[in-house]
Amino acid sequence: MDVKNYIIRQISVFSENKPGRLASIAKAFQEEKINILAFSIAEADGFGVVRALVNLPDKAFQKLTSLGYNVAFTDVIAVKMKDEPGGLFEIAELLGEAGINMEYAYAYSGKEAAVLIIRVDHVNEAVTRILSKGGTLLEAKIFS
Amino acid sequence: MAMWDHQVEAMPMEDLKKLQYRLLKTLVYRLYSFSPFYHERMKQAKVHPDDINALEDVKKLPFMYKADLRDNYPDRLFTATRDELVRYHVSSGTTGKPTVVGYTKNDLDNWTNSLARGLVSCGLGRGDVIQVSYGYGLFTGGLGLHYGAERIGATVLPTSVGNTERQIELMQDLHATAICCTPSYLLHMGEVAEKMGVSIKKDTDLTTGILGAEPWTDVMRSRMQEWLGIKAYDVYGTSELSGPMFIECTEQKGFHVWSDLALVEVLDRDTGETLVPGEAGELVITMLQKEALPMIRFRIGDVSVLDDEPCRCGRTHPRIRRIQGRVDDMLIIRGINVFPSQVEHTLMSIPEVGQHFQIVVDRRGALDDMLVRVEISKDAFSDKINDLMQIRSKVEHKLRNALNVGVNVELVEPGSLPRFEGKSKKVIDRRNL
Repeated sequence: MDVKNYIIRQISVFSENKPGRLASIAKAFQEEKINILAFSIAEADGFGVVRALVNLPDKAFQKLTSLGYNVAFTDVIAVKMKDEPGGLFEIAELLGEAGINMEYAYAYSGKEAAVLIIRVDHVNEAVTRILSKGGTLLEAKIFS
Repeated sequence: MAMWDHQVEAMPMEDLKKLQYRLLKTLVYRLYSFSPFYHERMKQAKVHPDDINALEDVKKLPFMYKADLRDNYPDRLFTATRDELVRYHVSSGTTGKPTVVGYTKNDLDNWTNSLARGLVSCGLGRGDVIQVSYGYGLFTGGLGLHYGAERIGATVLPTSVGNTERQIELMQDLHATAICCTPSYLLHMGEVAEKMGVSIKKDTDLTTGILGAEPWTDVMRSRMQEWLGIKAYDVYGTSELSGPMFIECTEQKGFHVWSDLALVEVLDRDTGETLVPGEAGELVITMLQKEALPMIRFRIGDVSVLDDEPCRCGRTHPRIRRIQGRVDDMLIIRGINVFPSQVEHTLMSIPEVGQHFQIVVDRRGALDDMLVRVEISKDAFSDKINDLMQIRSKVEHKLRNALNVGVNVELVEPGSLPRFEGKSKKVIDRRNL
């Protein structure tokens, strides 16, 4: 098992909290025919961070940087959940037992299953622990 | 209280004013006769040397500006011949061309004496080891203090700038008791020393800092005195005045401006009227004895307060309080003078934000509200909100310390702030709307 297979490159964009910023980022993706697979906005006082999993992360990085955005790649992992009552609980409990501390998390519910995307401090170790507890991680190649 | 030149330093104010008038009158006659530049300027202002019949008549004379030196690069304002010149210094000019200053033998002598008086006034003398960590060379700081320190019989350790670890070793090994440098370099030295396991307070003989050449505050003074176990004194000057010229006395309440060398006026920034001592305004300086490059009513661009109350040290010459900032851009926030240059200076020491900034001043109810917008640098951008919030707090904290006034900080996208050459557009003051 190669943990690298499960580490997904999320794109993070610094954005001021003002009208039109999201549209500007989304437009850039559209122009480059980049598909967004998952997406969240974290908001603080006056600014925010837009986080997205996209099918063409390098292209997205290039395009946004050329537009002057402050962009960074962040390693995250995606845990598969059952799309039914108790699905999140099952996974959250597993993460707790595995001693994994989340920096942040967001989720989406897709056609096949629900997915919890998490950022953790020690990503390699988290992958190993989740798998050893019987969790299912989505492989990075699904997102590209 | 020891003085370097008791007769001059303790001369009654009345006598000083008579001396100043005599020197001014001579200076004006000399310039009218020998300086084509100033002759022309006096003609334009319709003033003749015969119109100067009292010290107050200095008001009739036309101003000189920094631009005059640049426009007359390199030496067209000099009133000494090549034979009489004994040294050049060159200032690197932040905008455009550098400015060149020349010195006759008497000019160097007056400059050195001015610093000798100042060094003695803050308690230094024979037996002191003075480490000069200002740059030696075209910059006036190094050589100026070097000769001032030699003149009072102190031992000079001419380390110049750079190689900080070696500077700290020498400070220890040769028992330096005083250091001359910029306040930020001394802070840097303190940090480097700690990394080397050296406490400047406990492990060196340093008692005195002569600090200047950049803006600093009384908050920084207290912190350095406490941390490094020294007394920190402000030194003031510019190359146009000769170089560093005036140093605070042990009272630490501003530097005595030697009246036999310089005449200081403080002008209202809006009306140009002469202000009485105690009021803050723009400093205008006339150098009464310079020979090679005379400066008359020089708009030095700094804002401060003249204090002519008798000083406890016994010196009769008026003091200029710590420079508050530059004329062009002072803001008053909740009664405190704030200069964009202070903001810029502070931001430059924080790698997480770029050097670009914008100040927005607003009024919330009865209170002024100052917001500083800064760009988050590419390297510092973290996807974690917490990290970003910490950067913001750090910037707020550093600005509050430097400005003595609370400031809100907003992080903005890189490249989003407008770029200007001057500082004026960096401030949006909405209070008058």
